[in-house]
Amino acid sequence: MVFDKNNYSPGTHPDLPPPLGTVGVVGWLKNNLFSSLSNSILTLLSLYLLYLLIEGGLSWFVVDAVVNANDKPGCRKIADGACWAVIVKRFDQFIYGFYPLAERWRIDVSFCLLFVAAAPLLYPDIKFRKYMLVFSCIYPFIAFILIKGGLFNLLMIETNLFGGAMLTVIIGVTSIACSLPLGILLALGRQSRLKLVKVISVCFIEFMRGVPLITLLFVASTMLNYFLPPGTNFNLLIRVIIMMTFFSAAYIAEVIRGGIQAIPKGQYEAADAIGLTYWQTTRFITLPQALKISIPGIVNTFIGLYKDTTLVVIIGLLDPLGIGRAALADTKWNGLSTETYLFVAVIFFISCFAMSRYSLWLEKKLSTDHN
Amino acid sequence: MSINPLKIWRNEKSRQIIIQIIVLIIFGWFISWLAGNVSGNFERLGKDLSFEFLFIPAGYDINQYLISYNNRDSHLRAAIVGLLNTGLVAICGIVIATIFGLFLGVLRLSKNWLANRIAYWYVEFTRNVPILLHILLWHGIIINTLPHPKQAIDIFDVSYLTNRGFYIPKPIAESGIGLFYLFTVIAIIFAVLFSRYSKKRQELTGKQFPVFWINLMVIILFPCIALAFNNFPISLSIPELKGFNFRGGLHLSPELIALTFALAIYTAAFIAEIVRAGILAIHKGQREAAESIGLKPDRVMNLVILPQARRVIIPPLTSQYLNLTKNSSLAIAIGYMDLVATLGGISLNQTGREMETMVLVLLIYLCISLSISSLMNWYNYRVKLVDR
Repeated sequence: MVFDKNNYSPGTHPDLPPPLGTVGVVGWLKNNLFSSLSNSILTLLSLYLLYLLIEGGLSWFVVDAVVNANDKPGCRKIADGACWAVIVKRFDQFIYGFYPLAERWRIDVSFCLLFVAAAPLLYPDIKFRKYMLVFSCIYPFIAFILIKGGLFNLLMIETNLFGGAMLTVIIGVTSIACSLPLGILLALGRQSRLKLVKVISVCFIEFMRGVPLITLLFVASTMLNYFLPPGTNFNLLIRVIIMMTFFSAAYIAEVIRGGIQAIPKGQYEAADAIGLTYWQTTRFITLPQALKISIPGIVNTFIGLYKDTTLVVIIGLLDPLGIGRAALADTKWNGLSTETYLFVAVIFFISCFAMSRYSLWLEKKLSTDHN
Repeated sequence: MSINPLKIWRNEKSRQIIIQIIVLIIFGWFISWLAGNVSGNFERLGKDLSFEFLFIPAGYDINQYLISYNNRDSHLRAAIVGLLNTGLVAICGIVIATIFGLFLGVLRLSKNWLANRIAYWYVEFTRNVPILLHILLWHGIIINTLPHPKQAIDIFDVSYLTNRGFYIPKPIAESGIGLFYLFTVIAIIFAVLFSRYSKKRQELTGKQFPVFWINLMVIILFPCIALAFNNFPISLSIPELKGFNFRGGLHLSPELIALTFALAIYTAAFIAEIVRAGILAIHKGQREAAESIGLKPDRVMNLVILPQARRVIIPPLTSQYLNLTKNSSLAIAIGYMDLVATLGGISLNQTGREMETMVLVLLIYLCISLSISSLMNWYNYRVKLVDR
């Protein structure tokens, strides 16, 4: 580049391009990876870690992996890597459990309808929201009849045949749907001016949050019958769903309480001033604001609940993890725990990650801040 | 004079009393209904409520115990062994999770794009997979992919990784170790007093000692002097392969390792996010102000950012510790004998006393949780910002 001062009057010199090292790929590398000595060392260490991971992982996962085989020795004969055959052979079980083959369309239909029912709740500005909400309200009954059967010529299916991802979704969605209203009631109870209501809510919440879920599931499977009239014997699945609901309702209650406490006092004073009753204040002032604040927390609780559905395997229900353990107990597939558990882990990762992304999206959408 | 019922209802005080009485009646009825059912069921099954089973011999073995135990000991002792095992996993897990979580949190805040992304994906992968799967996965990896003791993976000829667990050297105290313990205690007391003194001195005179380095030296040197003084009264028992298995050394069972490790890396992912959020919560101006008065980067961190971030970080951190402790009850899935597996598992099955054992287990966990959370409330109260 030639600089000739004489050709320009002051202030008219065109801008020079930025130094080469600060823009483009080189600039990005310099700024983000090699900005200082310690940073460069960190980058090299990370690269080495990635190299190790890819080098070891890729060959095990993909290159040396076997998809088609009838048992573990068959896998080992072909290659030394992962034996995905155990997943391929039992894929149907991982999804449907032991649900009869001929009736599986019912699961598919209810699963698709679940999205239709959930859409108006998840996306506030969808078209025809009002009509879809009506469908959301009747969906639980449709799903129950479809999955359980016993009406309209549908074959009755015993719940001990339920299993796989379908069981996870059933337990997860039902508990989530029931625990939100219960959690709201508990949160209101905890903030109530009525001493007795407050004490009962606090005791319930603190008890549920103080003990591990697995002990509650043990209570459901061993002890709950003592608390019911002699001779009642109701379904293990329902007992589990009830316990899960109570458990997550306690956590949701605490999240919502945080939201309620974050509302400025002036809001209540204003509501009192215009003469709203307690329930009107709750309906129009407290909850809309409190729920909005606590959405991230609520979704996190739901993700936690969804992950916790795996615990049912310990009291003998066959969710994907249970199906995986059953496969491992089979002498044909003995010892393939890494493959099986990784597969189940991926199923859970995809659904939980999607939920947390949704929560971020909703948080951004509902935010009325100006920054 | 007649009483107008509408008037009573419209008075806030009396209305509250009426509602509470109604709630009390419903609640009381519900409790008595439950109690009636329980007593009815007990009568029908010919059972009674008694905790005497705690004192009869348990009759089962526990493969890991911190206090002496054999199968002729009582159910109570088995439960205590289980409780101690829970404590062991919880404490080891908390220590590892905190260190690893802090490390990850710092990486997440780093300006290095690559390290930041690796930490981000690590956190997302780990916390979106159920903890039970982590436990089973690591247990499976140890049991199914590590070699038999004969082909054990050998680390410097002193530690061995096998599918039956890890064997590491075990320090054995010999006579004369007392001085070592004494000096260690003295060193710790000195460190505490010294840091207090130097803080006071700084407040009065503005002069500083290199507190951290001096304390580190003292804590390392003092016990070493004590050891040298008594001609090193410590020996290491190193594991050796005898026949089909290792003898000597310290044996860490696959269950213990899998459980501790899984709990630690799972909780570390949450701790990383808590640390990151806590440090990001401090207003940018604080850092800028600290830098503008000429503080060095480490002083900015130690004197300005961390003391404020601590207030944000500690409460969720404690609840993560509580979660880790409660999650350790999943030990039952891999056969690690913790409280749930002993008292709520085998003892329950052997004595058939579901009610008593489960009530005890629930109460113990409840006590742990409530005591830790009241400790946390006390701490919160202490570090609360004082509004003027």
